[in-house]
Amino acid sequence: MSTVEELQQKITELEFQLSKALKQNVPRREKIGAMSSEVVDSNPYSRLMALKRMGIVNNYEKIRDFTVAVVGVGGVGSVTAEMLTRCGIGRLLLFDYDKVELANMNRLFFQPHQSGLSKVDAAAETLKNINPDVDILTFNYNITTVENFDHFTKILTTSSLTNGPVDLVLSCVDNFEARFAINTACNEFDLTWFESGVSENAVSGHIQFISPGETACFACAPPLIVASNIDEKTLKRDGVCAASLPTTMGIIAGFLVQNTLKCLLQFGQVSNYLGYNALNDFFPIMNLKPNPNCDDKNCQNRQLEVAARPKPEQAQEAFEDEGPVHESNEWGISLVEESKEEKECVSVADGLSFAYTLPGVPDKSLEHAKEASTTSDVSLEELMAQMKSI
Amino acid sequence: MVDESTRKTLSNIPLLRTKAGPRDKELWVERLKEEYQSLIKYVQNNKDADNDWFRLESNKEGTKWFGKCWFFHDQLKYEFDVEFDIPVTYPTTAPEIALPELDGKTAKMYRGGKICLSDHFKPLWARNVPKFGIGHAMALGLGPWLAVEIPDLIAKGVIHYKEKVENT
Repeated sequence: MSTVEELQQKITELEFQLSKALKQNVPRREKIGAMSSEVVDSNPYSRLMALKRMGIVNNYEKIRDFTVAVVGVGGVGSVTAEMLTRCGIGRLLLFDYDKVELANMNRLFFQPHQSGLSKVDAAAETLKNINPDVDILTFNYNITTVENFDHFTKILTTSSLTNGPVDLVLSCVDNFEARFAINTACNEFDLTWFESGVSENAVSGHIQFISPGETACFACAPPLIVASNIDEKTLKRDGVCAASLPTTMGIIAGFLVQNTLKCLLQFGQVSNYLGYNALNDFFPIMNLKPNPNCDDKNCQNRQLEVAARPKPEQAQEAFEDEGPVHESNEWGISLVEESKEEKECVSVADGLSFAYTLPGVPDKSLEHAKEASTTSDVSLEELMAQMKSI
Repeated sequence: MVDESTRKTLSNIPLLRTKAGPRDKELWVERLKEEYQSLIKYVQNNKDADNDWFRLESNKEGTKWFGKCWFFHDQLKYEFDVEFDIPVTYPTTAPEIALPELDGKTAKMYRGGKICLSDHFKPLWARNVPKFGIGHAMALGLGPWLAVEIPDLIAKGVIHYKEKVENT
């Protein structure tokens, strides 16, 4: 057992360590009222505001007016949120229902000591420390369920800095269901969004810009996949669901935020679809037109609204006109043009393919499967009871 | 794509007609009735074929489903709780079936114990919207998953036979 003296010694030791630790945490940066372009060591925005001086962006400080929702704060979403925070975005909304786990440590951003915390809370803490000027709101729930979806859409439509709809929604989720939920919400409330994704084998990814009615929505066609040129037979899935690399995720997050900045601050060209094949460093680009027969009624409605609007001419020409964006083309990089639309079969850029075809040949074996007869004289309650009593 | 026995099982599950999700008020009730009719028939088929392997029920809105599934291995019955939500985008997207008690015990799962489906499942589901329902998701998703994963988990000693299961 320790003596009283030993314990007192221990207390002074610990008090010293504590005060040291507290001192280390002191230099938190204070909020900054307006972005300055003054080039001094203490100005966190000087290099960003230099974009103005260099003529890349006309209005960089406008970034503070924008609200961006990041849905999914995992390998791509967390890095996306950090980039936007460092860029000084006005408000960030973070959605995720997951917790930080040690299994996430092959990715960027989260740290081992955050294990067990909700991803949104852990992220908000780090981000507020990096840049206290950014207003960060967190939502810790699954957006695909009935009880949360309405709240999700309400937040998206009322949470900008002026209580209006958010300026952009960024999908950084890892599953089809959540992508579809975002698509449904954005079509319904006419919200512009970017879809992003990394393949389950970790060696390809993509981003897609979706402006309801103007570009193809997520329901207009089956998802595109970037051909990885891996023989399906050699791709082993035994014992695992998904692989992931911090590299691929970081690259996709970079593409996503780069295009977000271009979209919000109106410089350069925003890619409609940008793919990434990590194995041979191939980046297919293409445009995707909305499908007039899209399954989502709201997508069709948005298409009609767009068709009724007078067309902004210059915006369309940018892609058609192959004028020299760069005078020289040392590496022979070319824009892969969208091929002409054919009946039923929409062709896609080289290196891309649809995940599956629609409408498919109906399964022959299912032809004689009977439909569940809906005789309205049976009530739902009766059916529920019947199911229970089997 | 799908093996012969699954194909045969599928062809005996009644197809659905109403394309409606939980946000479509009256139509969803219609869809829900079809779901129940289809499921009742499927469970009946299983019983007739001496292959009864799951029971499901839902909350009264039909948005949350729960029940049990079981699997026989070396003449022992292994039983698991099943649960899933009907996503707002149903039936365009299939429900994500979960076996929460196996969460963290196999890599063939996503968080929360959601089972990892084969590459074939989603294309097949997408091609059959809105005809496929919960019964089809069970037959095409959970059935094959159990058949592959459970023997493996038993062999690895990750799951053990619980004798008392029968008494409850």
